[in-house]
Amino acid sequence: MYKIVRRKVLNPTVIQLEIEAPLVAKKALPGQFIILRVDADGERIPLTVAGTNADEGTVKIIFQVVGTTTEKLKHKMEGECIADFVGPLGRPTEMEGIKKVCIVGGGVGCAISMPLAQAFHKAGANVTSIIGFRNKDLVILEEEFREASDKLIIMSDDGSYGRKGVVTEPLKELLEAGEKFDTIITIGPVIMMKFVVETARPFGTPVVVSMNPIMIDGTGMCGGCRLTLNQDGKRVTKFACVDGPDFNGYEVDFDEAMARGGMYRSFERSSHEETCNLFKMEVK
Amino acid sequence: MALEPKKNAMPTQDAKVRAHNFQEVALGYTEEIALKEASRCLNCKNRPCVAACPVNINIPDFIMSVKKGDYEGAYQIISQSSSLPAVCGRVCPQETQCEGKCTMGVKFESVGIGRLERFVADYHNNHVTAKASAPASNGHKVAVVGSGPSGLTCAGDLAKKGYKVTVYEALHTAGGVLVYGIPEFRLPKAIVAKEVNTLKELGVDVETNVVIGKTLTVDELFEMGNEAVFIGSGAGLPMFMNIPGESLNGVYSANEFLTRSNLMKAYRDKNDTPIMKGGKVAVVGGGNVAMDAARTALRLGAEKVYIIYRRSMTELPARREEVEHAEEEGIDFRILTNPVEILGYNNPDDRRDPKNGFVRAIRCIKMELGEPDERGRRRPIAVPGSEFELDVDTVVMALGTSPNPLIKNTTPGLEVNAHGGIIINEDGLTSRDAVYAGGDAVTGAATVISAMGAGKVAAKAIDEYLSKK
Repeated sequence: MYKIVRRKVLNPTVIQLEIEAPLVAKKALPGQFIILRVDADGERIPLTVAGTNADEGTVKIIFQVVGTTTEKLKHKMEGECIADFVGPLGRPTEMEGIKKVCIVGGGVGCAISMPLAQAFHKAGANVTSIIGFRNKDLVILEEEFREASDKLIIMSDDGSYGRKGVVTEPLKELLEAGEKFDTIITIGPVIMMKFVVETARPFGTPVVVSMNPIMIDGTGMCGGCRLTLNQDGKRVTKFACVDGPDFNGYEVDFDEAMARGGMYRSFERSSHEETCNLFKMEVK
Repeated sequence: MALEPKKNAMPTQDAKVRAHNFQEVALGYTEEIALKEASRCLNCKNRPCVAACPVNINIPDFIMSVKKGDYEGAYQIISQSSSLPAVCGRVCPQETQCEGKCTMGVKFESVGIGRLERFVADYHNNHVTAKASAPASNGHKVAVVGSGPSGLTCAGDLAKKGYKVTVYEALHTAGGVLVYGIPEFRLPKAIVAKEVNTLKELGVDVETNVVIGKTLTVDELFEMGNEAVFIGSGAGLPMFMNIPGESLNGVYSANEFLTRSNLMKAYRDKNDTPIMKGGKVAVVGGGNVAMDAARTALRLGAEKVYIIYRRSMTELPARREEVEHAEEEGIDFRILTNPVEILGYNNPDDRRDPKNGFVRAIRCIKMELGEPDERGRRRPIAVPGSEFELDVDTVVMALGTSPNPLIKNTTPGLEVNAHGGIIINEDGLTSRDAVYAGGDAVTGAATVISAMGAGKVAAKAIDEYLSKK
């Protein structure tokens, strides 16, 4: 069992937990993920590591309530335990030789990009962060980003906070103004990452995307997390759990990734509704 | 007494009933049947069955104990050689091993050795409540990577000799392929849990949620005081056919499909892990894993399940018994057939049609058998112009696996072959000092018992190595 040491609500649907897992805390690097199960018979879900405290032996994760498992996790309080917590899985983000980076995060993807911004900042790189949210209430981790970034641009879809618009707008302006990034790293909804790649394409700037497909074991056994890369005219199958989760954005078949991400959408919806009702009954 | 030429039949659940439940298909011999079957053993002198068993169980002796009604005595004899008798009695391919060499089998049907082994193990599990006890420690520490059949066997053998063994398992439940791969109706998970528990009683520590190569490296296991390491990390990434449409929604690897159902219990109602149920299902491949996937799909509620296999019934690599069970349950074998493309829905008028991106059909081509290949199996050749479509909703690819790269990538000096399998010598020793390996991590996908045999060989070698130290 893995104990929740600290719990913080970042916005109405996004929660940050620090969980006691000393072996993971010692090893995890930015870009890697963990898999957890809330309870016995629960689902295994992957979540990116949002930070570690090796001295204390804790790992920070940030999640958005989207389905049954995250709904259950939301109801776990400080001092309570979850059944399973395994990692660190996947390859860490490649940081070597990167002196100037642009981090583009969307929604809860910002939770994953924030530790990357911190790591690049700590390594002495020049960090530009562009983070986007649907509205003011959903903005998370602003202070952390501000500390870790040389330049921070906050976007909101409805204009209720920062600039109105999507993340690709300021990215395009920066690139057009002649900003030369060694790489752009983008984390967020697949559709957003696809458009970040399209924005960068005319400028030839490398783009790293962090994929978050459906997974089960996360150790290279089930193949559920497979995605297709277009490499030198060939279609190549890769597994996000052992080959990723970071990939060259110009190679990823985003349309296929989006379709695969929706495989269980109807199941998730009905399952989540049932869970919500269960929790409602408990409250009574 | 006249010699009974036929093996006593295994009582099974009726095919029509069992096709809709996940309870065990084979019900096991009763005491009466076991006694009758045991009396068929000739107790011959040259004992070909023992040599044909990968762990060399003293088969005639245990059967003689059964014959005398001393079932616990029989269990003790099996236990000397096998750590997992209740498992092997169920999933071993006895027809190609012990029973394949049985003297009775020359003229008649062989003795039902596997069925007797299962009877003995189940008798023990149901009647004997005494706990196994940990032997006196010999002061040596060994780490075992993976809690599948090879790891459990290696751990059990070493623990019985007084070694302090820690087994590291990447998943949340111990058992490896016995829990994620083999379905409940062929191997109840309670039996695996019981075997794991017996090891714990012997003093073995089982650490779940530790991925060796990620959470800890092999070198760190040595730094932690282990004097030898056994790698039994099992099968790796699933293979696909590299045909168009394999990324459509509704296409699974057998590993994923079975893991969702077995390990994650998606077959139970009200479970959090989703799986595609019902509709028409095509399973591609002809091994035991393909049979498991097809029969699981049926039990999950499929209206029609096909096995698509490119050779003929005689070349099916699955155990005969599994094929027969599958046929009885109504699995439709489309042999001499090979998929060329998986077709998906694509509604041009409605991009939001929820069926878009899901499997609609599988396009196949008929095959015929040509000249034998280097392994003596007749090579399947496509018949030009014979393509046809089968309407399906789900496709499961059961084509084998390639070894997992995590340990190789993080263990300097560990040599692997062209297929990625860890290279070992006859003692199970790898290219690294004090690092041993066995099972699918070495051979690629193989059987439970061959993995157990490898675990046993390595345990013996580790004992010899550390006793000399």
